[in-house]
Amino acid sequence: MFIIKCPYCGERDHSEFSYGGEAHLVRPKQPTELSDDQWAEYLFMRKNIKGLQYERWNHSHGCRRWFNVSRDTSNDMIYSVYKIGEKPNK
Amino acid sequence: MKKKYSIFALIKNSLSYHENWQRVWRDPEPKSQYDAVIVGGGGHGLATAYYLAKEHNLKNIAVVEKGWIGGGNTGRNTTIIRSNYLWDASAGLYDHALKIWENLSQELNYNIMFSQRGVMNLAHNLHDVRELKRRTHANRLNGIDCEWLNVEQVKKFCPIINCSPHIRYPVMGSTLQRRAGTARHDAVAWGYARGADAMGVDIIQNCEVKGIKRNGDSIVGIETTKGFIKTKKVGVVAAGHSSVIANMAGLKLPLESKPLQALVSEPIKPIIDTVVMSNAVHAYVSQSDKGELVIGAGTDSYISYTQKGTHEIVEGTLKAILELYPIFSRLRMLRQWGGVVDICPDASPIISKTSVKGLYFNCGWGTGGFKATPGSGHLFAHTIAKDQPHALNAAFNINRFVSGDLVDEHGAAAVAH
Repeated sequence: MFIIKCPYCGERDHSEFSYGGEAHLVRPKQPTELSDDQWAEYLFMRKNIKGLQYERWNHSHGCRRWFNVSRDTSNDMIYSVYKIGEKPNK
Repeated sequence: MKKKYSIFALIKNSLSYHENWQRVWRDPEPKSQYDAVIVGGGGHGLATAYYLAKEHNLKNIAVVEKGWIGGGNTGRNTTIIRSNYLWDASAGLYDHALKIWENLSQELNYNIMFSQRGVMNLAHNLHDVRELKRRTHANRLNGIDCEWLNVEQVKKFCPIINCSPHIRYPVMGSTLQRRAGTARHDAVAWGYARGADAMGVDIIQNCEVKGIKRNGDSIVGIETTKGFIKTKKVGVVAAGHSSVIANMAGLKLPLESKPLQALVSEPIKPIIDTVVMSNAVHAYVSQSDKGELVIGAGTDSYISYTQKGTHEIVEGTLKAILELYPIFSRLRMLRQWGGVVDICPDASPIISKTSVKGLYFNCGWGTGGFKATPGSGHLFAHTIAKDQPHALNAAFNINRFVSGDLVDEHGAAAVAH
């Protein structure tokens, strides 16, 4: 259980938010030109990091906006919160 | 030489106040070289080592475990065993395991307390009824026992279920697999450890893998906290930490590791003599031999390796439990815990070779791996020894995420994921 600081609404319990998976995965511009291996890499393969992870969250029971979080998955400590389109500062 | 457990051994040892029982497994230091090393000393890993030694005559092998054996998800699950899966590939895999379970205590000479008390899967709406009836037929076509119970039969089979038509999610029927049931989870790990140790397998506890050494596309050995171990074959059965090991070898897996919770109540007299699962409201319950109700909750939505879940998951499960079983309303919960489960996008496991020669993965069991322990070990041992999959795990290869030939049990499995 942890608290997330929404960049738009401030600190709220994490149960107000929905998890959106690994951040900064860029959808290939021309999927039809990819090999099956490349498409599988984008679609299914995940770093599934134990440690510092960059991830997306949505404030689904609040402002309903997306943003990014950097969190340590080994202890659920949140290091920073930053908006979509921004780069992590760590 | 392992001494056989029997009623005579029990009487003999009682005369010396049970102080002279033989040590169940050795505590060896790692050798410098093995023919194969299994990473992960849970039920699946120990079973793999057992069958490698027993059926494939590989005796110079080791199981390395970063904690103590059976201390991960093997000791954290709700001990339910069933094989009523929808798809042919899954039915073959899980029923293979169930058939081994049925004779496992005798084979291991270790009482794993396997109890075929039946598993019910409740239907709460028309879609559930259709889906579960379809699964009943699919199971029967695959030679797996499964029955459909109407509401009266549900009430008769498990009287404490609230079958009122006026609750929010009324019970509209249920499937019943009578061969399904439970087993003592720790005993499964201990029994396999004892059996493997007797055949010369080194079980090395408190030995964490720190790196996997490759020479091009082949495995050379593993770095551990107890030094370098040379080996050409590494079988990884690390559950929630599979991706961590894969990253050491420079591989990525299609897994996400999430906390899954369970809890038990204070012990009470026998009240429920079967296992009742409900997908729609996500509640499942059985009663342990100690009298505790064993309740499985859900996974959290986010990746975490913390082995603890959040409170609202428990709250949601207990709300459902209370509506289905009003008789439990004044019961107190005794303990709650979490385990880290590795979930595949199609909610089916991976028992497979990889692009690295000599590196094998058995992972992705997600929220339901315990039931498969013996079958998983048996098939993984075959895959490692022969360097090719057994017919029963061929569909569970890692390439299915490239070919698209998924075994999609997400909706078809008996509980929500």
